[in-house]
Amino acid sequence: MTDNTTLTAAQPQPGLPRIGSPAPPFEAVTTHGVLKLEDFKGGWLVLFSHPADFTPVCTTEFIAFAEIHPKLREMNVELLGLSIDSVYSHIAWALNVEEKMGTKITFPIIADLNKEVATLYGMIMPGESKTETSRAVFVIDDKQVIRAIIYYPLSTGRNMDEILRLIQALQTADKHGVATPANWRPGDKVIMPPPKTQEAAEERKKDKSAECKDWYFCKKSVK
Amino acid sequence: MACVNADGTVTPTAKALLRSLETPLGPEAIAAEIGAPLFRVRSSLRELQAAGFVAESGGLFRATEAGRAKI
Repeated sequence: MTDNTTLTAAQPQPGLPRIGSPAPPFEAVTTHGVLKLEDFKGGWLVLFSHPADFTPVCTTEFIAFAEIHPKLREMNVELLGLSIDSVYSHIAWALNVEEKMGTKITFPIIADLNKEVATLYGMIMPGESKTETSRAVFVIDDKQVIRAIIYYPLSTGRNMDEILRLIQALQTADKHGVATPANWRPGDKVIMPPPKTQEAAEERKKDKSAECKDWYFCKKSVK
Repeated sequence: MACVNADGTVTPTAKALLRSLETPLGPEAIAAEIGAPLFRVRSSLRELQAAGFVAESGGLFRATEAGRAKI
């Protein structure tokens, strides 16, 4: 007999953010002062967590995030880091990274000592660590809807190229009403949504811009 | 505090923001004027407003007398 209150793998934990859901609002102390999620409205946001300040993998990630920050800003995307550390630890680490590694940390970092935002977003993986956030990435669009979620374990640094590619793909999909194939890169052909009616399928066959293998599998170029 | 220090002085970013408010402006215009990210302007305005250095009317912000004294 199933206990209705017991969660199973098929029943997602209630309240945790999902792709397509509004991003849970928060107000948090950061290295750039108190910030609210709504402060980022109108632009895209990459909200990401790291396990701890002054640790080597996280340091490489922060340098890498800082390096892609200018490119992200060109795409109307801001960065917001988070870990279960104090704001003083974050400030000291950011200054240390600049002094020792020569990279200025240009984005704010949430000091989530009470784990409020981490819990809200499901950034803690108790099987891995109860006191640190895993390497989570939430891509939030300009309407503050969650568009993509990536989780990496403590041991593995994230791939900035993939984060950039993911956002480029999402923004391209939004702009042109298309999808993107495996390993898509900006400039590559995109996937046209499959026709939903027989009439549309027949029309698709006549579409000169479409490169079709079959009526349901068509690509085209977009600018 | 990002804008207002514990001793009541304001940060360089806050001064730049207050200077931009000779005429009432919205957050987007302020961000463009001082070259700061919009999220930072919004949070700074909230803080400066709470401190009484900025007042808002109809979505536009202006520096108060107390705010102008901080420039």
